[in-house]
Amino acid sequence: MPAVGTYFYNIFHSLYTVIVGMKITIKHLFTHSATVQYPTVKMKIPERARNRLYVNIDDCIGCDQCSMACPVDCITIDTIKSTPDVDLGLTSKNTKKRLYVPRFDIDIAKCCYCGLCVWPCPTDCIVMTDVYEFSEFDRKKLIYSFSNMSTDEIAGAQERLKKYDEEQAAKKAAVKAAAPITPPSSKPESSAS
Amino acid sequence: MIDQTMLQPPTLPTNYTVKQGHIKTSTGKTIRTEEMIINMGPQHPSTHGVLRLEIVVDGEIIVDCIPHIGYLHRCFEKHCEHMTNYQMVIPYADRMDYCSAMTNEWAFALAAERLLKIEVPERVEYIRVIMAELQRIASHLIAVGTYGIDSGAFTPFLYTFIDREKILDLFEMTCGARLLYNYIWIGGLSHDLPPKFIEQAKDFVEYFRPRLKMLNDLLSYNEIFVKRTANVGVLPKDVAINYAVSGPQLRGSGVNWDLRRDDPYSIYHKLEWEPQVGKGEMGTVGDCWDRHIVRMHEMEQCLNIIEQALAGLPEGNVKAAIPKRIRPEKDAEIYVRTESSRGELGFYIVSDGTASPFRVKARGPAFVNLSVLPEIAKGAMIADLVLIAGSIDIVLGEVDR
Amino acid sequence: MEIIQKLFANELIVSILLSLLPLVFIIAYALVVLYTEMKVAAHIQDRVAYMRTGWHGLLQPIADMLKLLQKEDIIPDKADKLLFRLAPIIAFVGTYAAYAVLPFSSIYIGSNINLGAFFLVAVGSLVVVGILMAGWASNNKWSLFGGVRSAAQMISYEIPTAIAIIIVVMITGSLNLQDVTKFQDGGIGNWVVFGGPSPWLQKLMLMPFTIITFFILFVSSIAEVNRTPFDLPEAESELVQGFNTEYSGMRFAMFYLSEYANLFTVSAVGIALFLGGWSSPFGTFMSGPVWGIFWFVAKAYIFVLVQIWVRWTLPRLRVDQLMYVSWKVLTPWLFVCLLSVGLILVL
Repeated sequence: MPAVGTYFYNIFHSLYTVIVGMKITIKHLFTHSATVQYPTVKMKIPERARNRLYVNIDDCIGCDQCSMACPVDCITIDTIKSTPDVDLGLTSKNTKKRLYVPRFDIDIAKCCYCGLCVWPCPTDCIVMTDVYEFSEFDRKKLIYSFSNMSTDEIAGAQERLKKYDEEQAAKKAAVKAAAPITPPSSKPESSAS
Repeated sequence: MIDQTMLQPPTLPTNYTVKQGHIKTSTGKTIRTEEMIINMGPQHPSTHGVLRLEIVVDGEIIVDCIPHIGYLHRCFEKHCEHMTNYQMVIPYADRMDYCSAMTNEWAFALAAERLLKIEVPERVEYIRVIMAELQRIASHLIAVGTYGIDSGAFTPFLYTFIDREKILDLFEMTCGARLLYNYIWIGGLSHDLPPKFIEQAKDFVEYFRPRLKMLNDLLSYNEIFVKRTANVGVLPKDVAINYAVSGPQLRGSGVNWDLRRDDPYSIYHKLEWEPQVGKGEMGTVGDCWDRHIVRMHEMEQCLNIIEQALAGLPEGNVKAAIPKRIRPEKDAEIYVRTESSRGELGFYIVSDGTASPFRVKARGPAFVNLSVLPEIAKGAMIADLVLIAGSIDIVLGEVDR
Repeated sequence: MEIIQKLFANELIVSILLSLLPLVFIIAYALVVLYTEMKVAAHIQDRVAYMRTGWHGLLQPIADMLKLLQKEDIIPDKADKLLFRLAPIIAFVGTYAAYAVLPFSSIYIGSNINLGAFFLVAVGSLVVVGILMAGWASNNKWSLFGGVRSAAQMISYEIPTAIAIIIVVMITGSLNLQDVTKFQDGGIGNWVVFGGPSPWLQKLMLMPFTIITFFILFVSSIAEVNRTPFDLPEAESELVQGFNTEYSGMRFAMFYLSEYANLFTVSAVGIALFLGGWSSPFGTFMSGPVWGIFWFVAKAYIFVLVQIWVRWTLPRLRVDQLMYVSWKVLTPWLFVCLLSVGLILVL
């Protein structure tokens, strides 16, 4: 009778498969564990690991390309133009820096670690490091400011730029004011004012 | 003022009236019976994330089942329209189906490449195939492991995670990320393979074959597991096709359909492999066990593909074809479908000539596959529903997008 | 026992002390089993489990227990408060009462009654009431499922247990667990699982049936303590936590404790009936009242180890399959054993 046959077959087959499974698990009972004791033992991180962002601000030329490439808008960059009399130095790639970077903030809480900001950087100053332990209790502490300019310096730079702009504007105005004189035809309004 | 209607408990299922009945006991008394509505999820441990199932049960038998989705909606498609560059969509595509990010980004990159009519170097194609197949193994390992948990066996889950860890290590050494890679770029790859990759990948293939057999012995052919899954949640061929089900779930129903073979992209046509189909070995064709075993067999096929691709890997520059500026023609549109770990993953892109896509529509396999759940869950028990939902292998990140 | 009696010279105090003794034992034992369970489970899964509290996490069970005791005790608003409070107590009393008849040693048994084995079966069903109460009183649909499932499961698996006990009683001729154990005293060959101390021909004939009976008792004991593959009442992936869902803190600890106490009870029954109870496996070597306790606990511990091993290997059965196993596999096979054993004994 097949029905009786399947009944017995089922019983013995289930016992057999159970024993097969138990054999596997008991083997694993005596093998080495696959885990490590994390904070004390750490696994090796490969070279290319993409973790926390780091900006070498000395090399930054304030080109804003990383901020443009970021899909989650976590990088905020402000720049101030330098005046010609100030030499901001060279980057490690021997390009001339022309902009002050008073603000280079990365909101690491927003960062999605895609690495898209790293590639467009012309001076390779924004990189992903292998630091991955940086949790904070306060979310505001996750906004990292990389700029090394003090408020005085920023104010100074702004003032200088303002002065320079004013000077330039004054020069331009002077040129402009001078320009209408050189051609013979003069306008009555300009002369009136 | 708070809108009072918002504080009301949901009165779903919308078009369902709970049936009442009477049964007579042996002593002659009549007892009123009533169907019960239970909320399964979004915090239920076995709904694989935040799926909410509203089920009407008669005792333990399911009379009706209504899935509610959207708890993980992150506006993927709208986000894409706001990206200033096509490349910036790829991290978002990663986050759709986070268990199988590599296949997602490949699908989007492929769509964008066809839109821009870029030819990709041979080496890139080979590396992409290797990565996608590794990712398919990793994704199926999660599916199989969590399926074990659904059925009550906790141990296979951890074994699968040990193996998955090795794949993630390979990914990490290649591109630096373990889960969301941003590795496959439009026109190329972000990095070339690291020096020791080929060696390690070969080691993994060698290591993984016996592990697969062990997993089969421990879980797939365990009689209790077979009895739990065979003849449960049978999805017949015609129903599967009508619901546009795809991937391992469709193949589990006995339909021999695999986009890697039937709508070939990349170099799949050059490699030797066989799509796996459910045969109804333990019960009916298209039951939960078939869907499970198709995944197990598919992993083996993935290993074959990886071996061949590793052997035939040509030299070349992986960044040669990456365009400086991605700006498709005006009013160009394209739909590209690929076989992701869960089925047909398609991207439909409309361009308006600017650097950001005008419209991106994703056709996710998990979302479409999930729609068949109410159809096959009726008449099963609650314990079966867990297994049926598990066998569909949904990732809520992709269902809700 | 005599020492304690002499010390206090008051029957009431003595009996209270004696009845509290198992409680101390249960708590200590639960901690040990908890630790074992976690460690074995972890190593089976290639993990290491807790390592921080004490050497290899030895103090972790104590910390776990203290945490449970400190936790806020929440009673759901819509719950049946009286039943909700009563349920864990009843469940615990059910398991605790069984300790009255467990023969820990040749001189220590709570109550040496002649109906020991019968009492065990009867009192064991009290746990079902507790669990059913918990399931109903929580006013949670998942809990209700857990409670109902548990009741169905425990009732169906009590029958194989009872029949298995009857088979042993037929061989040993007594329901008194102390007598059953004494019957098997004198080495591993005299254990009931190998046919008991009978003539070798009878022994040989009895052996297959006693081994099958023992195996079935083992299976049904796993079912009775609701462990995988029979853990349907608290099936995590299906019912969240079953009847435990709404319990927290102290009350949850009660359920937990009663579960582990029950684990010991079923193993103790299996040992007392089949594996010679407190008697040493080497005859007179290492035997005596104190060694008796050691052997009893050690055997029960091995029994529990096997249960843990099974638990972390197998998937879970479905409700109807659970009933199938009980009514269509275990019970008929036991009836066959019962008849055969009876026939052999008559011959």
